[in-house]
Amino acid sequence: MKEFEPKIIAFCCHYCALAAADTAGRTGLQFPPSLRVIRVLCTGKVEVPHLLKAIEAGADGVVVIGCKFGECYFKQGNYRARKKVERAKSLLEETGMEQSRLRYDSVAGPSGKDFAAVISTMTEEVKALGPNPLRS
Amino acid sequence: MIVGERKPFSEILSMVEDYSKILVIGCGSCVTVCMAGGEEEVKILASQLRLAFRKNKRDVKVEEAMALRQCDDEYLNDPLLLDKVKAADIVISMACGVGVQHATSFFNRRIPDKPIRVVPGLNTTFMGANLDVGIWEERCVGCGDCVLEKTGGICPVTRCAKSLLNGPCGGSSNGKCEINKEIDCAWHLIIERLEALGELDRLKPIEPYKDWRPSHNGGPRKTVREDMRI
Repeated sequence: MKEFEPKIIAFCCHYCALAAADTAGRTGLQFPPSLRVIRVLCTGKVEVPHLLKAIEAGADGVVVIGCKFGECYFKQGNYRARKKVERAKSLLEETGMEQSRLRYDSVAGPSGKDFAAVISTMTEEVKALGPNPLRS
Repeated sequence: MIVGERKPFSEILSMVEDYSKILVIGCGSCVTVCMAGGEEEVKILASQLRLAFRKNKRDVKVEEAMALRQCDDEYLNDPLLLDKVKAADIVISMACGVGVQHATSFFNRRIPDKPIRVVPGLNTTFMGANLDVGIWEERCVGCGDCVLEKTGGICPVTRCAKSLLNGPCGGSSNGKCEINKEIDCAWHLIIERLEALGELDRLKPIEPYKDWRPSHNGGPRKTVREDMRI
């Protein structure tokens, strides 16, 4: 049987996570191929309905990746994003789904290594949960 | 504005789980501003319902809609909205209690051939002010006989736990109320404000007991503006 390869949606901040993803790609770092990156100008603009909609649409896991705390280009965007992810987690749990399908993480601007690590951690966590039950 | 809070998901789910076509209608006025029943909250609740039903292998259709104000015929009388209401088995109104009741009355008047079920998605909590991002506090109980001109613009009926009208009780301590140290003593605030205004003399006359008849004690209150009627 083919090994379960989770579909991960990553909402990536233009100023850090996207640059980090780019570095990871250029330096040949390995991260799972089932990743879908959505660029956002700031993670603070990722709203709770976007996160729930991604799960509804069949994503196995959704990760929002912003700047390190204190380094947000828009000052507080990543703090807002973390709170929104926390809220979305509890809303998701109310529906009977696992809240660890959602995650907030941060990377330093140019660090491809950080990015690959975040994606690998998320992938492992979601693999342990199994596929999104909505797809079965 | 009217402030509300969304009901717990489990409570909402129990109201609608026997139906297969659900319509969630948000309200674009007060409850949008207090982030309880606006467009975003409609999307969230509809998403949650779809997730919960699909996880349990239930084929339930959940639609979303908005009305700028559910307490007014004018904003409910939208052909697209009415089509969605006709197609639904049950409607979740994310307005305050006024909107839920008005939507029930309007939809049943407008669609006489099909009884329309409307259930509340929110608990209506109070009439209040937005003190900071994400913080609201009650400011008016709608007693029907405003005394704010005598109390420096601070309402003792709402903000004093005992609704006292002639100064603080013995439970006022360092500007806080005895029922909760987070709550300001309304009379402390009133005296500070009147002092700043140089109007402490306003407190000298004894305020007689309050006439509660204009308040909510005799069924629903009603206002009729004859000059607006033709």
